[in-house]
Amino acid sequence: MITNDQAEHSEEVTRRNFLYVASGAVGAAGVASAAWPLVNQMNPSADVLALASVEVDLSTIPMGHTVKILWRGKPVFIRHRTESEIEQAVADDHADLKDPQDDEKRAIRPEWLIMVGVCTHLGCVPLDQRGDFGGWFCPCHGSHYDISGRIRKGPAPRNLEVPKYAFLNDTTVKIG
Amino acid sequence: MLKLVKNIGLMVIIALGGITMAQASGDSAYHLKKNDWPHAGPFGKFDKAALQRGLQVYKEVCAACHSLNMVAFRELTALGYSADEVKAFASEYEFADGVNDDGDVKYRKGLPQDYFPAPFASETEARDSNSGALPPDFSLLGKSREHLSMFTPWNSIYGEDYIVGILTTYHEEAPHGVVLAEGMHFNEAFPGNQIAMAPPISDDLVEYADGTPATMEQIAHDVATFMYWAAEPKMEVRKAMGLKVIIYMSILTILLYFVNKRVWKKVKKGDDLV
Amino acid sequence: MGSSNYEPTSKAAKWFEERLPILGLIHGTLGAGYKAPRNLNYWWNFGSLAGFMLVVQIITGIVLVMHYTPHVDMAFRSVEHIMRDVNYGWLLRYTHANGASMFFVVVYIHILRGMYFGSYKSPREVLWFLGLVIYLLMMATGFMGYVLPWGQMSFWGATVITNLFGAFDFYNGMGESILHLLWGGFSVDNPTLQRFFSLHYLLPFVIVGVVILHIWALHLPGSNNPLGIDAKGPGDKIPFHPYYTAKDAFGLSFFIVILAIFIFYLPNIMGHPDNYIEANPMVTPPHIVPEWYYLPFYTILKAVPDKLLGVVAMFASILIFFVLPWLDGSKIRSAKFRPVTAFFFWLFIANAIFLGYLGTKLPDEIMIHIGGGLDALTLGRIGTILYFAYFIVIVPLVSRMESTKPVPTSIAQSVLDSRKEA
Repeated sequence: MITNDQAEHSEEVTRRNFLYVASGAVGAAGVASAAWPLVNQMNPSADVLALASVEVDLSTIPMGHTVKILWRGKPVFIRHRTESEIEQAVADDHADLKDPQDDEKRAIRPEWLIMVGVCTHLGCVPLDQRGDFGGWFCPCHGSHYDISGRIRKGPAPRNLEVPKYAFLNDTTVKIG
Repeated sequence: MLKLVKNIGLMVIIALGGITMAQASGDSAYHLKKNDWPHAGPFGKFDKAALQRGLQVYKEVCAACHSLNMVAFRELTALGYSADEVKAFASEYEFADGVNDDGDVKYRKGLPQDYFPAPFASETEARDSNSGALPPDFSLLGKSREHLSMFTPWNSIYGEDYIVGILTTYHEEAPHGVVLAEGMHFNEAFPGNQIAMAPPISDDLVEYADGTPATMEQIAHDVATFMYWAAEPKMEVRKAMGLKVIIYMSILTILLYFVNKRVWKKVKKGDDLV
Repeated sequence: MGSSNYEPTSKAAKWFEERLPILGLIHGTLGAGYKAPRNLNYWWNFGSLAGFMLVVQIITGIVLVMHYTPHVDMAFRSVEHIMRDVNYGWLLRYTHANGASMFFVVVYIHILRGMYFGSYKSPREVLWFLGLVIYLLMMATGFMGYVLPWGQMSFWGATVITNLFGAFDFYNGMGESILHLLWGGFSVDNPTLQRFFSLHYLLPFVIVGVVILHIWALHLPGSNNPLGIDAKGPGDKIPFHPYYTAKDAFGLSFFIVILAIFIFYLPNIMGHPDNYIEANPMVTPPHIVPEWYYLPFYTILKAVPDKLLGVVAMFASILIFFVLPWLDGSKIRSAKFRPVTAFFFWLFIANAIFLGYLGTKLPDEIMIHIGGGLDALTLGRIGTILYFAYFIVIVPLVSRMESTKPVPTSIAQSVLDSRKEA
């Protein structure tokens, strides 16, 4: 058997230990760097990211209509609200809300209500212009949303989600 | 004796290698001109101005017959364009977008995520319009026409040089004794010398946006640069990362060399046996 | 493998070891528990390098499958999607493609090392067999993997290689039936691609299984060594760890530099440019060439004028390695002490390289301008005869008749002898 020579100079031991620790550290860092591409490849790829935002032409949506578009694999409702709908939505700010939020916080421009059309209960797509509050109704488990997309009745815990969006001009909105 | 046997063996291998290399260099009558490419070599980077000019040539000339199926407009930011410029570029194209209420095809403007549209709807249509020949897709031509040789690198044919060769070695008339088939043109660089494509470029065929004089050689150079980029868009990232990896691993190799030497110090010379 | 004398140092390790003795297994195979001959040279690094490449191929392969689509309409495009859109996709694919080639480089050196130092001889015949099984599985895996990008060479390579099995046409229509079975149709098409994908995913794990057997079979007799003599005394052996772990780590690190040069700077040099053209059953490339690691066997196939006999010769050229332990009748393992054997060994390698080079040539290409000229086919035939003569004539005769040089009595003694000389 080979054992370390006890008589070795302590200076040499220090130098040797430094060499071992340095090699180990450089090797470990190398393995970690090599692992990153293997993980990062699972993140959305360039072609998927290119679809992360969509631009919608609003000029074709008449007042009082809802358009449903597909964004990031989910439906998005774009409703061109009428004057009375906006009045109703603002008035309901003071109603008994499960997830209180003012209408002006939910729509950058009051005539355009833009929401992800996925029920916050279990992910079904609510139906347009149904339910007890003149907004949306989810047929799966009976959640009622008002004309601001807020939950008013039923098992859903939160209001319909408002995605990040911005108006590029008066007739174009960029979602995402 | 042992050394001698080994040396003989190695000599045989080297001799055979020499024969094969000499053989490999002896064929092919036409030799492609080797050009200097700024993107060649381990530190090579694409010439963005040439890429932009190449894109212009592709769009104004080549795109009439050649598709570029694998390339999306969004990738053009790599040529030095801003996101808005790419958007504007894409919007010059039109794409079918479902049907309207009357059952007619609707069209929309191109978006950055769209891919370059093909000039022909099908291979059949493409062949019909080109006297039976199929204009190849441009996406990978920069790589699919190169012939790299590991042991005789001087015999390698690079895709860019081949493209320049095709574009610049047309003869107006076939050399004496060569009979061209119907609709064919004589080209030095093309294998077999008979190519269906008519000479596609000439001096001042395009007017470059950046004012570069559009000689035939310049156009060929630019479009070849663009096509190589289209085939290998990640080349710059690849070479940059390669440099880091090789330096890093070389340092680790040196460290491990000394670790190994230390570990073996006693055993190597048999000190433990005495 | 495994070691009964493993003593866990910590309480936790002891607790675990009593319930699953896997730490002892690792200790006994790759740790200090495995005693290896002290005189292994750098040619012995290639076993661990092969193991490393297998792991690299499996990891990059699993990750590539997350983005690849095994369908004739989408396969080519999905590979380009990996190259262009997937984060680090180009790195993963270039690593996998070049890794396959480097895996073969490493394994070829590993096999040739075994041939030179007589590692196939008693008592390591089963170890040798298992290695050859791994090699055969690698050939199948590599071939099917090459088909997946669905380029022109993928398609036509698959067509040519599968057609080989049509040679087994012993009674009416049998060859065709075999082909229909392989293809799942009447030509290489989507069913073929999908089954190749399935098997390309499966076989590497079969290789892992055989590798475990290979290591098991290695650890019973222990490693051979450059002297080819049995390591008996305690002075002949040293613990695998730290000596060979350090040496393997250094070798691996150096190897990765070489691998990186290919991946980052010459990523396409070992591939064929035609594979960047999507498969087209209507257009055959002017010249179909397999990947470089099959080329010597491809030449042997072409050298035989009869289809069936050509295929038989090709398979025989690989299977003949299985009988090498009995063709070689020498009592001494290492060619270090068998100069004539060593000479023919190098000649064999030169011939194999030459056969490989001929594999890239068209049969009627004139290679050497002597007299009327020697074409690739004629030279291929000479090389093929030489290849088989090595196994059937040269090795059996030379190994039995050669006067060998004196062999040291023990490994320790040879170390002490060279000490005296110095």
